[in-house]
Amino acid sequence: MADLYFAGVDVGSLSTDVSIIDHSGKLLSETVIPTGVNGSEAAEVAFDSAIKLADLSREVITAITATGYGRASVAFATGKTTEISCHGVGAHQLFPKTGTVIDIGGQDSKVIQIDSHGRMLDFTMNDKCAAGTGRFLEVMANRLELDLDELSSPLNIEGESAPISSTCTVFAESEVISLLAKHTPREHIVHGLQRSIVNRIWSMVASIGIEGEVTLTGGVAHNRGLVVLLEEKLGLTLNIPENPQTVGALGGAHIARRAYQSSLELGPN
Amino acid sequence: MSIRAEIKYKIMKDYGAPALMALQDFKRRKPRPIPEAFGPPLDSNKRLKEILSRHYFLSRYARGVNKVAWVTSGAPVELLRAFDFYTIYPENHSALVGAKKQGADYCSIAEGSGFSQDLCSYARIDLGHMLSGKTPAGKLPKPDLLFCSNNICQTVLYWYKAIAHELNIPLIHFDAPFVTTEQTEADINYMAQQLQDMIPILERVSGRVFYLDVFENILKRSMETSRTWGAILDAMKAQPAPMTIFDAFGHLAPIVSLRGLPVAQDYYHILMEEVDTRVTQGIGAISDERYRLIWDNIAIWYKVRFLATFFAERKMNFVTATYTNAWAETTGYLNVKDPWNSMAKTYGQIILNNNLKHRLELMKKMIKTYSVDGMVMHSTRSCKPYSVGQFDLRKAITTDLDLPAVILDADIADERVWSEQQIHTRLEAFCETLEGSKHG
Repeated sequence: MADLYFAGVDVGSLSTDVSIIDHSGKLLSETVIPTGVNGSEAAEVAFDSAIKLADLSREVITAITATGYGRASVAFATGKTTEISCHGVGAHQLFPKTGTVIDIGGQDSKVIQIDSHGRMLDFTMNDKCAAGTGRFLEVMANRLELDLDELSSPLNIEGESAPISSTCTVFAESEVISLLAKHTPREHIVHGLQRSIVNRIWSMVASIGIEGEVTLTGGVAHNRGLVVLLEEKLGLTLNIPENPQTVGALGGAHIARRAYQSSLELGPN
Repeated sequence: MSIRAEIKYKIMKDYGAPALMALQDFKRRKPRPIPEAFGPPLDSNKRLKEILSRHYFLSRYARGVNKVAWVTSGAPVELLRAFDFYTIYPENHSALVGAKKQGADYCSIAEGSGFSQDLCSYARIDLGHMLSGKTPAGKLPKPDLLFCSNNICQTVLYWYKAIAHELNIPLIHFDAPFVTTEQTEADINYMAQQLQDMIPILERVSGRVFYLDVFENILKRSMETSRTWGAILDAMKAQPAPMTIFDAFGHLAPIVSLRGLPVAQDYYHILMEEVDTRVTQGIGAISDERYRLIWDNIAIWYKVRFLATFFAERKMNFVTATYTNAWAETTGYLNVKDPWNSMAKTYGQIILNNNLKHRLELMKKMIKTYSVDGMVMHSTRSCKPYSVGQFDLRKAITTDLDLPAVILDADIADERVWSEQQIHTRLEAFCETLEGSKHG
C-alpha cells in the first residue's frame, strides 16, 4: 500500500487548486493558481506543479477527483464530485468535529451540513447573483483602488459602517460609487462591504441551521475583517484552515482515496 | 353570430383542422430518438398534441361564432362553458411560449412598454403577445371578456385590468378569500353569491340564456374529468411509475384549459387506460427507477427536457408534484345538487389560496403515499404565492421526514433567470446527498 497517491483538482471560477495525499491521507503538496480563461489548461498546470512539489510523477497517482465549476473539463480525472461534497469532506479532514461548513468561493457561497464522516447531509447556496462571494470583493477592491489584502483588515471604525445592500453586486458597486462621491471614509465603506457579505451568509446559515463546529473555507476566509464580523454575528469561533482555498481539492483527494478503498473492499468485480 | 363566420368555422373544423393534423403527422414521421434512460414514450402524446393544436388552430376562427374569453387557470370556468365561450388560457399560452424558449423575447416587449421585470413572466409574455400580436400558435383571437380569480395570485387581477383597459372590454373577477385557517360559511356564501351575480353579465356579453340543466351537465363532466386526472396521478404511486411528472406537466393542459368540455373528458379516459396498462405490465417512464422524487411549484418550461434527462440518467424519477395535483385536489367538493356552494369550496380551497400548514400536511402526505426519497423545490421569480414559504416548508419536511431537498432559483417562462452552471452544481450535490442517504 506504500505507493498509492490520490489527488483532488478543484477548477473554480477564480482559482484552480490541487492537493495530493498519500494512502494514509497525509498531505504531500498543494498548489493554487488563477484559473484564467482556460480551465482545462489551468488544471494541467496546477496538477503538474503539485506533482513536482510532491516529488512524484503523473503515473503514480492512483485516482483523481475533479471538482469545482470546471470539473467536467479535467480530462485526466478518474471521478467527478461537486465542490459542495468536497468542501464537506475536506473540512472534516482538517477539523473532525465540523458539523457545518461555510464556503465562500469565487462566485458561490454555500452553507453545508455534514455528518461525523464528513458526508453532506444538506446544503444551501446563494442564488444567481454573485453578492456575498469572492467575485463581489474583487469588484469592490477594484472600485476602491485597494488590493484584496487591504480589503481584508479587521477595522475598528468609529460610528456606523456605510450601509451597502447585500442583494446585488452591480447595485452594491453603484452604492460604493455614491459613497465615494460623498467622501465617505474608505474604511467605513470596506467595513460596510464586509458586513454586507456577512449579512448575506447569515441568511443562508439561518435557513439551514448550525450543527457542531463551524469551519470556514474558500478564498474569502483570508479576509480577516470579514471573519471577525462573521464570528461576531454567529456568536462563535470559526475554524479557519491554514489554506482555506484548497479545502475543496483536499476533500476531492480524500474522496478519491475513499472510493479506491471501497472498491478494494468490494473486490475486483 | 354571423352566418359567414359560422360556415368558415365549420369548414375549418371539418377540413382545416384534420388537414393540419395530417401535416403535423407528416412532419413528425421521423420521431426523435429516445435516450436510453427513458422507457417507451406514451402513445397518448400524439392525441394530446392533436387536441391542443386543434384548439389553438380553431380559436382563430372562433370570433363571430362564439364569444371569446381569456381565463385564468384557477377560475371557475364551468360557468362560462354554460354560455359557450371559446376560452383561451393566457397562462397555458405563456407556458407554450416558455417551452419554445421564446419567453425572454415576449417579456422584453412588455418591459419595453413599461411593465416591470419583477412582474410574473406569464403576465409579461401575455402582455407582450397582446402588444405585438406575436404567438407561436399562429394567431390568437382577441377576447370579448376577461375572467380571472385571485385564488392563484393577486397579480392576475392587475394583469387582466391592464388588458381590459387596453382593449376596452369587460373583466369579471371572482374574489376568493384566502383560507388562513379554515374556509368559513361567510366565505362560501360570499363566493356562491358572486357566481350567481355573474349570470346576467355573462348572458349580456354572450347573448345566450343561462339554463341550469346545461350548467349542471358541464359541472358533472368537469367533476368526472378532474377525478380521472386524479386517478391518473394516483397511478404514479406504482413502482416503477408509469409516467414522469415531466410527462404530467404536458398532459395537464386539457384539465387546465379544456376543463368542462367533452374533449378533455374523453382524453383522460384514453390516458388513464394507457397508464393502467403500463402499471399492469410493469412499464416505467424511465428505464431503471431507483429514486422517487417530488416536485414543488410550477414547471420550468424551457428546461423540462433538460431536467427530465438529467434525472432519468441518474435513475431518478419525479412521481408527484404539488403543481399537477392542484387540478385534482379539491374537485371532490363539487356537487351537482349544490352547484354554487360546492364551486365555492372547490375553487376557494385550491393550494395557492390555502395556508402553509395545509400545504405542509399535503406535501407530507404525498411524500408518504408516493414513496418519495427526495424533494426538488423550484423557487420561481414569477410566482410569489407559490414560492414564499418554501424555505420554511423545506426546513419542516427535511427535519420531520429526514428527506433530502434542494431549492432551485429559476423562473417558469423567462429563460434569462436560468443559470445553467449553478443549477447543475446544485442538482448534482442534491443527487450526491440523495445517494448518500439511501445507501448510508
